Amino acid sequence: MRKSLTALIAIVVAIAGIVGSVPSASAQSKGEIVIGLQCDRTGATQIVGTVLCPAFHDYIALINSKGGVEGYKVKALEIDHEYKVPPGVEAYERHKKEGAVTMAIYGTPHIYALAAKLTEDRIPGTSPGFGSAAAADGTRYPYIFPIAATYWSQGAAAVDFVKKQLGGNLKGKKIAFIFYDNPAGREPIEVIEALAAKEGFQLKTFAVPPPGVEMGAQVLDIAQRFRADYVIGHLFGGAPGVSIKEFKRVGYPLSKFVSFVWGAAEANIEAGGGFAAAEGYHAMQFAGVGGDYPVLNEIREMYKKEGKQPPKEMASTVFYNRGVLIAALHVEAIRNAVKDKKGGKITGEDAKKGFEKISNFTLGGLVPPLKVTPQDHEGGGLVQIWQVKGGKFVKETDWFAAYQDVVAKHIKEAAAKK
Amino acid sequence: MALYPLPIARYTVAAFAVLFFLVIPLMLHEYFLSVANLVWIAVIGALGLNILVGYTGQVSIGHGAFMSVGAYTAANLATRLDSPWPVNLVAGGLMAALIGAIVGIPSLRIKGLYLAIATLAGQLIIEWTINHVTFISGGVQASIEVARPRLGPYVLSSQRDMYYFLLFFVVLAIVGTMNLMRSRIGRAFIAIRDQDIAAEIIGINIFRYKLLAFAVSSFYAGATGVLYTYFLGIANYEQFQIGVSIDYLAMIIIGGLGSVLGSIFGAVFVTLLPIVIRYAMEAVSGVFFSQATVLNLIPALRLTLFGALIIVFLILEPEGLNRLWRNIRSYFRVWPFAY
Repeated sequence: MRKSLTALIAIVVAIAGIVGSVPSASAQSKGEIVIGLQCDRTGATQIVGTVLCPAFHDYIALINSKGGVEGYKVKALEIDHEYKVPPGVEAYERHKKEGAVTMAIYGTPHIYALAAKLTEDRIPGTSPGFGSAAAADGTRYPYIFPIAATYWSQGAAAVDFVKKQLGGNLKGKKIAFIFYDNPAGREPIEVIEALAAKEGFQLKTFAVPPPGVEMGAQVLDIAQRFRADYVIGHLFGGAPGVSIKEFKRVGYPLSKFVSFVWGAAEANIEAGGGFAAAEGYHAMQFAGVGGDYPVLNEIREMYKKEGKQPPKEMASTVFYNRGVLIAALHVEAIRNAVKDKKGGKITGEDAKKGFEKISNFTLGGLVPPLKVTPQDHEGGGLVQIWQVKGGKFVKETDWFAAYQDVVAKHIKEAAAKK
Repeated sequence: MALYPLPIARYTVAAFAVLFFLVIPLMLHEYFLSVANLVWIAVIGALGLNILVGYTGQVSIGHGAFMSVGAYTAANLATRLDSPWPVNLVAGGLMAALIGAIVGIPSLRIKGLYLAIATLAGQLIIEWTINHVTFISGGVQASIEVARPRLGPYVLSSQRDMYYFLLFFVVLAIVGTMNLMRSRIGRAFIAIRDQDIAAEIIGINIFRYKLLAFAVSSFYAGATGVLYTYFLGIANYEQFQIGVSIDYLAMIIIGGLGSVLGSIFGAVFVTLLPIVIRYAMEAVSGVFFSQATVLNLIPALRLTLFGALIIVFLILEPEGLNRLWRNIRSYFRVWPFAY
């Protein structure tokens, strides 16, 4: 007993010593601008985080290697929250303490949990590709920036794409919507329902209960009882891979399936049996796909100069490019803010205005030509559709947004409700 | 009988009161207070679960769901009726107590692992209901924003305000639990835990007390949910999923079943350990690895270390941190002689 107690006390003292000796980084030291980056490399969505976060850092490193933003170095401070809310709250407060002027939030529950804080502390936070679609309204949520197509815009774009695929008329057609049964999964339904009334197609929704690995019955129903003319899929995590396998199994052609952005990565296709098996699958993207963009070449160059191989994460281009997109938009917002401030130290409020000035910043086609305004924090809701063809993703459409009047109506209603 | 018969115990409590009410909130940066706030929320929840699992011996995996019942009750009251937070807090607690008592009904017939599975069903049913019934969840997003709590004209919004707000309820919960356990009800709970047939023979109404244990425990859970909602400014169903129930069970098992101090230790340990590990690794790991490796390593190693430390502490003292603390205390009490 005595020995173990002594050992225990020694451990405690040692830990206390280590913690005490942590150099407390001074907040926003001279010539450095801090971005708070929340990540999930270990939790439920690690498939995304393990690629997206390294990409974020790579882009920041690239910017710093080119002299930073208007003379300032940028520092992305990463904290992993395991997709749990309390660590996310802690991460946010830590970032605030370190003087972060923008926050790259990650996770739908996290952006909800931090919405009030962001507004109170006047620090802009981004929620690209997730979170509440209503947050696109910049007057209602001044400090939240979806900066990528929300689920409402994705739903509208999907219907538009299906319409073109089915010959320009949806009257009397049958469209199935298969979704992950959680709030984020159900969010686009209201917009798609509105479009069903407008375009006159028959819509049937099929819920897949979490964790999204059981959908045999739903898929069979879509393929053989409902006999859908087209399927729109909105699934997360492991579910998109399962859906590819299940549709394959019942013999439904994947060329009549379009997936929302979280079922659109290389990792999802590989989980579904590989590119050969998923031939024809349509995937929606909010960042460009593939390794052929100038900014990616610059990152490879940067690694080469240091005498290193480019990171293996770059092979997973969908998530990697999204990481680059998020980082680039943060840097761009900071750049706008620094320019406006003319040398002074920028605050969260300045960065917010910086975000609202982003326009036509495309990074050679990797980023859609967004136009963020104080009213529209989504930036237009632009997406591209890519198809699995011959072992890789092939671009089918250019950046487009559809039914913006319908989406705008829903955003307005949501803002009025609260 | 006084809670603290010895003067030294009273002085210690007074010293702690000064530390927590004055020194910590006035000296530390807001960031540390935000961490403390997360701890306070966990303490109240863990105390509630310990009443049920530790004192009454009824295993429950539905604690997270009971928290969500409280949270959504309060959020709905706040947005629909614009009622003040003390009303919402009590109403949220009572609603959770009611639902908890209903979920606890199987405990009259089944025990142990079987009861755990029955409460698991309760968790899933409540989750599903909140997720799908828009009357409760306030829309497909299943999240309801609530305004910050106010005291008269003063709005509590900063972490420091929240610190005092939450600490008040922590003290209330601690004193409440300690007193409850010294009362007739508490003794009945413990008698049921130790041997329910014997308890019934000496005249304890098992039906009543088992359900009461569920109700009291769920009241704490509901209140935790309400406080969490006010802390974040939103009730969101994804914050109360099954993982949360497991986390709270972990807290009381690590801290020590059937003890107030153990609940506190457990809540502090589970909340702070990952943060402490991250700070420690940020300080040392940069010496050994490159920046990119460190970023990948920290989260992974933190999870591993967290798990390993839990195992170490449980092997060192299966009765939890509370027992460990008592051993240390006894050791120093007779120091330098062997204990």
